[in-house]
Amino acid sequence: MTNGQPPVVAFDQVSKSFGAKQILSEVSWSIPEGEALCILGRSGTGKSVTLKLLMSLLKPEKGRIWIEQEDVTQLGCRELSRVRHKMGFLFQDAALFDSLTLYENLLLPLQRLTKKTREEIDFVIDRVLNQVGLGGDKAKMPSELSGGMRKRAGLARALVLEPKILLADEPSSGLDRITASEIDELLNRQKAERKTTLIVVTHDVHGTRRVADRVVVLDRGKVIAQGTVPEIEHHENEIARKLISE
Amino acid sequence: MTNVFEIAGRVSLFGFRAVTGTFRRPFEGGQLAWHLSEVGSKSLLLVIASGLALGAVMTLHTRSMLVMFGASLIIPTVQAFAFFLEIGPLVTALLVAGRVGSAIGAVLADMRATEQIDAIEALSIDSFKFLVVPRIIACTLALPLLTLFMDFSGLAGGFVSEFATSRLSLQLYLSRAFAEFQWANFWPPTLKTCVFGFTIGTVASFFGYTTNEGAQGVGKAATRSVVVSSLLIILLDVLLIKLIFFIFPESAL
Repeated sequence: MTNGQPPVVAFDQVSKSFGAKQILSEVSWSIPEGEALCILGRSGTGKSVTLKLLMSLLKPEKGRIWIEQEDVTQLGCRELSRVRHKMGFLFQDAALFDSLTLYENLLLPLQRLTKKTREEIDFVIDRVLNQVGLGGDKAKMPSELSGGMRKRAGLARALVLEPKILLADEPSSGLDRITASEIDELLNRQKAERKTTLIVVTHDVHGTRRVADRVVVLDRGKVIAQGTVPEIEHHENEIARKLISE
Repeated sequence: MTNVFEIAGRVSLFGFRAVTGTFRRPFEGGQLAWHLSEVGSKSLLLVIASGLALGAVMTLHTRSMLVMFGASLIIPTVQAFAFFLEIGPLVTALLVAGRVGSAIGAVLADMRATEQIDAIEALSIDSFKFLVVPRIIACTLALPLLTLFMDFSGLAGGFVSEFATSRLSLQLYLSRAFAEFQWANFWPPTLKTCVFGFTIGTVASFFGYTTNEGAQGVGKAATRSVVVSSLLIILLDVLLIKLIFFIFPESAL
């Protein structure tokens, strides 16, 4: 699946449960640098949990999670912080800090995690906000932004530290088709221009077709299919075929 | 009952983590200043207004009683002792628990429900140090200051009430109020409010930060913050008074 390249992210026999409920059961997949992986599946099959495990916001009971050859399940706080620097996370509802303006939302990570001067920080914020089409909205509070703008703002914050790996949780949920395709376009541009590895959790078939190089299909906590979009379309598993069909 | 002990243990560990976090880098000076001003601005007017009203009402009540025993001269003394020793610290703490504790619980629970806390962690920022520690320190530092406002507002309310009845001058009122007053009557009760502030900050942050009930958890966290911290303040007050009498025997009247 990695075409001979070493994987930049890999799930190796990962299991996760909440109480008695098994969410993921011995899930394995990997993705090489600069590619886009879409994780498809019905609601409650562990897609968002997968992203939180990658970010080490949750810990698995079993298995290993590799980010650039480092097993993040074994890392301490400081090492974890270093690995997280390589990743950006676009949350499902953007998770913007609602007491801060859009500018301050982007300023926070830059101010705390980089040694950039204020001029350099302002330059980066302007560049990223222009990139997502919110150049004129930086003084707005999150409550003043529409759903699509919030998604783009969340994407801007995820990109502001120039991550090598971008995780996106339902980037098109709650958006109309046009806005959803704009978000997908931004993700594709990020991948093409900066060689960012994308891991996108989605229900959206159109989005998957636009963005994915590879697809992993989850059902009841297990991987039931993985491959390219055409491979999934002709997969023997009916649920996988249904999930990718328009 | 087991559940109560389990929560008590978890809150204690949470508070201990905050204490150790206070002395670890990075020190969240900006956040602390922001939360101090938030606690102050949210509570100051409430504290002053309550102090004035309580002071006036208390003088009205005690006056009739003391006049009956021919002891109207000690009305200012009673007022000062009552406010500095007990009413000021306790009422301020209960007001702050209601006003600030509920806000802390609700804000942190909302941040948890809307994944803002996860977003902070995803940005490699220690969310506990960033969100919880400054709030607890701010409550701990703000309570003694707010208590002083309550104490002096209570005296002011008492003076207004007394002046309206007996035309007692301010100078005489103050000299009678503090005639028998010692430092041991002032510092220990005022500083015990640091414990109340720490309790409010810790309990409210605990219920907000650790909730996992989504939007429903926001209301629950706010309510639990107020109920539990108010109850703890009253219980701790009893223990702290005994402790103060033990350490400062001269403060026991």
